Amino acid sequence: MTDSATPEQNPIVQRLRAWDSDAVTQVIEFRSELTLVVAGANLRRIAEYLQNEPGLEFNFLSDISVVDRLPAVPRFEMNYHLLSIPNRQTLRIRVWVAGPDPVVDSVTAIYPTANWHEREIFDLFGVRFEGHPELRRILLPDDWEGYPLRKDYPVEGFR
Amino acid sequence: MTTTVQTAVGTAEAMVLNMGPQHPSTHGVLRVLLELNGETVVKARSEIGYLHTGIEKSCEALTYSQAITLTDRIDYLAPLSNNLGYCLAVEKLLGIEVPKRAQYIRVLLTELTRIASHLVWLGTHAMDLGAVSVMLYCFREREQILKILEMLSGQRMMTSYFRIGGLALQPPPGWLDPVERFTDMLPSRIDDYEELLTHNRIWELRTRGIGVLTAKDAIALGVSGPMLRASGVAYDVRKFFPYSSYEEFEFEVPTRTESDCYARYLVRVAEMRESLKIVRQAMPLIAPDGPIKADVPGIIPPPREEMKTEMEALIYHFKIFTEGFAPPPGEVYQRIESPRGELGFFVVSDGSAKPCRVKVRAPSFVNLQALPQLAEGSLVADLIACIGTTDIVLGEVDR
Repeated sequence: MTDSATPEQNPIVQRLRAWDSDAVTQVIEFRSELTLVVAGANLRRIAEYLQNEPGLEFNFLSDISVVDRLPAVPRFEMNYHLLSIPNRQTLRIRVWVAGPDPVVDSVTAIYPTANWHEREIFDLFGVRFEGHPELRRILLPDDWEGYPLRKDYPVEGFR
Repeated sequence: MTTTVQTAVGTAEAMVLNMGPQHPSTHGVLRVLLELNGETVVKARSEIGYLHTGIEKSCEALTYSQAITLTDRIDYLAPLSNNLGYCLAVEKLLGIEVPKRAQYIRVLLTELTRIASHLVWLGTHAMDLGAVSVMLYCFREREQILKILEMLSGQRMMTSYFRIGGLALQPPPGWLDPVERFTDMLPSRIDDYEELLTHNRIWELRTRGIGVLTAKDAIALGVSGPMLRASGVAYDVRKFFPYSSYEEFEFEVPTRTESDCYARYLVRVAEMRESLKIVRQAMPLIAPDGPIKADVPGIIPPPREEMKTEMEALIYHFKIFTEGFAPPPGEVYQRIESPRGELGFFVVSDGSAKPCRVKVRAPSFVNLQALPQLAEGSLVADLIACIGTTDIVLGEVDR
């Protein structure tokens, strides 16, 4: 969250741009929540930077949420909700992932809490995480077919 | 996938034991796969999902207002915290402000809910460890809170009392009297529980030095709430990112540094006292009458009297309950401090009357991930204490 005039002037954005001018592809601010869109290939590198850089220290990964934007292309929108406990700041990192067999880098090595979040996303959306130590279904039975939270999966009735 | 362990007579395969899903100390339907060397836990793996009901998917098929009833059922020990988190998220999405009176009532009720939830936790956790009488006392006091909720909303547990833009109903006249009686009574009752437990030698032996979770591990694992604060990190959403006028209340954030089951017990007991402080501060702030809903035509249902006398109000009423309302496209992540930790609602609008996505960041789900850290290397009996002080609600873990 920020008080700056435009989202581009936000100190977090400026720090990231100074570090790597191509790191952030888009900056969005809605209801004073800052969202940085980054390329999937850069995700791990940026997460590591945000976690360790003094003054930023986003040491707490609150949540990972996926939105299925069917019929948009790319289809899946990954949202990483970061929190810096030392600086009392929040930040959303967004990565777009293309279907129908979506793959994105796992951040479990940087944020161990991502383990179950990523398993849940794999379970419900079928997004695979490259480098995840134990990627298997978590909420649904192991032999379940399909990914129920995708938009093309019906809410009720026969599959 | 068994592990080899060193025993007194040589190496052996670890014994695999299935604890749960039907086990009284798992507080619902948690299944823990244990690999044991004698009585020592070598590996503990949680298997969850037995209560998965697809709440997030169901929300996408309902209007924004209808989805409130589902949020009650996520964490069934603190339904009002869930209502609050969801309503705040949608209100943020809409950009509307709730009247102060409704905000204070929300604060008062969520703090009572926190006390009720902690009472259930204390009672069941003490019972797991063999102190049955505490459970009876805790449930007696919790009943008082449920009666207050029933008086306000007609329901003891699944109240759905918080609505988008305010509250469902005007509280009945004189409703603060039982709240006041309760706040006068509870401190001495908490003293009673502490008398039974805090310096009880058996209690200390069962919880001190058991299930240690360092602050570094806790943050890495995303652990929040009393568990994180018992590890010495004073992260409380009410202080970090105040919502619903929490910035106007004075209260402490209890922390401990021992990071064990005993510390988590002390933090939760101290939190009940702090919640009482907030309730006492909120009572004089709540005016006897005044608005309980924001005045936003077309989104917030008009008062009943207006609906019967004004044509516009009647049209709005009809449209809100048949079509719902459409927030602007966008997304918000609203975090609140539930009794179990950071409860987050990520609500995405695509400009239609139904949410495109509702994601619940359930604190129990994340906290449960720390179980191997807490329990591996300890005895099976200590695993019970570890599960107990994690304070999981399986409805929230599985959603």
